[in-house]
Amino acid sequence: MSTLELDIARIRAEFPILRQRVHGKPLVYLDNAASVQKPKAVIDAITECYTGYYANIHRGVHLLSERSTVAYEKTREKVRAFLNAASTQEIIFTRGTTESINLVASSFGGQTVKAGDEILITGMEHHSNIVPWQLLCERTGAKLKVVPFTDAGELILEEYERLLDGPVKLVAFVHLSNALGTLNPARQLIEMAHARGIPVLVDGAQSIPHLTVDVQALDCEFYAFSAHKIYGPSGVGVLYGKKALLEAMPPYQGGGDMIRLVTFEKTDYADLPNKFEAGTPSIADVIGLGSALDWVNAIGLDAIAAHEHALLDYATVQLSEIPGLKIMGTARDKAALVAFTMQGAHPHDIGTILDREGVAIRAGHHCAQPVMQRYGVPATARASFAVYNTRDEVDVLVAALWKVKEMFEL
Amino acid sequence: MNDLRDLYQEVILDHNKRPRNFRILPHPTHHADGVNPLCGDRISVYLDIEDEVIKDITFQGAGCAISSASASLMTEALKGKPIAEVEHLFDAFHDVVTTDCECPKGLGKLSVLAGVRDYPSRVKCATLAWHAVRAALEEHKEAVVTE
Repeated sequence: MSTLELDIARIRAEFPILRQRVHGKPLVYLDNAASVQKPKAVIDAITECYTGYYANIHRGVHLLSERSTVAYEKTREKVRAFLNAASTQEIIFTRGTTESINLVASSFGGQTVKAGDEILITGMEHHSNIVPWQLLCERTGAKLKVVPFTDAGELILEEYERLLDGPVKLVAFVHLSNALGTLNPARQLIEMAHARGIPVLVDGAQSIPHLTVDVQALDCEFYAFSAHKIYGPSGVGVLYGKKALLEAMPPYQGGGDMIRLVTFEKTDYADLPNKFEAGTPSIADVIGLGSALDWVNAIGLDAIAAHEHALLDYATVQLSEIPGLKIMGTARDKAALVAFTMQGAHPHDIGTILDREGVAIRAGHHCAQPVMQRYGVPATARASFAVYNTRDEVDVLVAALWKVKEMFEL
Repeated sequence: MNDLRDLYQEVILDHNKRPRNFRILPHPTHHADGVNPLCGDRISVYLDIEDEVIKDITFQGAGCAISSASASLMTEALKGKPIAEVEHLFDAFHDVVTTDCECPKGLGKLSVLAGVRDYPSRVKCATLAWHAVRAALEEHKEAVVTE
């Protein structure tokens, strides 16, 4: 037994939702890339906040407000440590990865991108790392350029290098593809952009629960992720940004909490990170994120990654043995999910039949329609793993897929 | 697996595997696309209408078993019908796939899709082709979307 081996039964027991049956079958939750379930510790942390010390933050003189503020700001420190950022001033709380990216597109993009400039993304982006840049391009007259990838789902680095030679003002790429499972060589992509003085945003929505992220080692300018993908609540996300850049950027939204002094003539903005946190945030959910990071740290991301990787390897082998099943995304570096199609069965039908077997997967375009277009399919089915999944659950998935074949006489 | 058979009835599986009227009409009088953004399904319908009667109706596209079979069954049901009847049939069909109503007699084979009512997320699949026909008759230029 390796030192990294986890007691999955014990971990599963911490997730109340996993105890249920759906359609009379034990729930097999394999839709973790869409959103992961929450351990009791996180649910309790949110309940404790609302039942024990909830009040608005940063402005109360009373005890509850002080306690809420401390808990909220403690989470900022936890996020800083989790990402190994240099300062808590570099950690901005948002509503999620999508808002984090929109913040950069609007504030940094609005400030630096002009007509004729280019924004460089990849062909395997989630819509949330495509559309904000398209909006920016529409506003400014800049152009969106796209790095292609191979049939296996790996970025073509020669093309990336060639595209970097254009008038690129920002590179934005997904760390771990939600549609293919490809783990992109982030450090290398960033180095190549930096060699030309181009700043980089990394979409970490999928990578954050599966691998250790060190923003200083990566040296990216921006890193975005969502709490709900890493065992925390939905509605909260994080934008990491290098301090010098954030300081130079204009505010994203105006409102309370982001100001130093407001008069009708002029407003002085607050210092980082408050400058980018207008309005009352999702206080209890931010605190829930802090609890989620504690929970993940207690298990250890390395152990989580090792467990998930073993599941991925096992699932890849098992699924490959089903005739007519084709795995989409066969990059050498992959993590945590397997997307596939089955000849003669549409992913939507696969999803419905699996659901009746208790197996929750995602069927559709995974908010990555250009990836579907790249492979000429309308949709795929996707099973994605979290720390609480087991080999037995992969077996249930495989058995359910045989039922799909039975139903459609394939 | 019995309850799944209520959804995936033999007629549906047959129409999915061998869709009827699955071709493009070269010179349709009416045409529209239907898109289900949830799953990326896209169905195009082509109609040849003469004297307010659907002389021919065909479809093309890629979709799940429910949307393909529904489109196929719909073309069979609508061929030869006066266009005045389309709305009435669509309403009756919509009731069948969304409510616990008793299937009206006039629906014929379309009633095999009644099992969809137990799968709310699949109602849009069953009605996609119908929405496209309605759009074609209203001469929509852009694809109709089920969302």
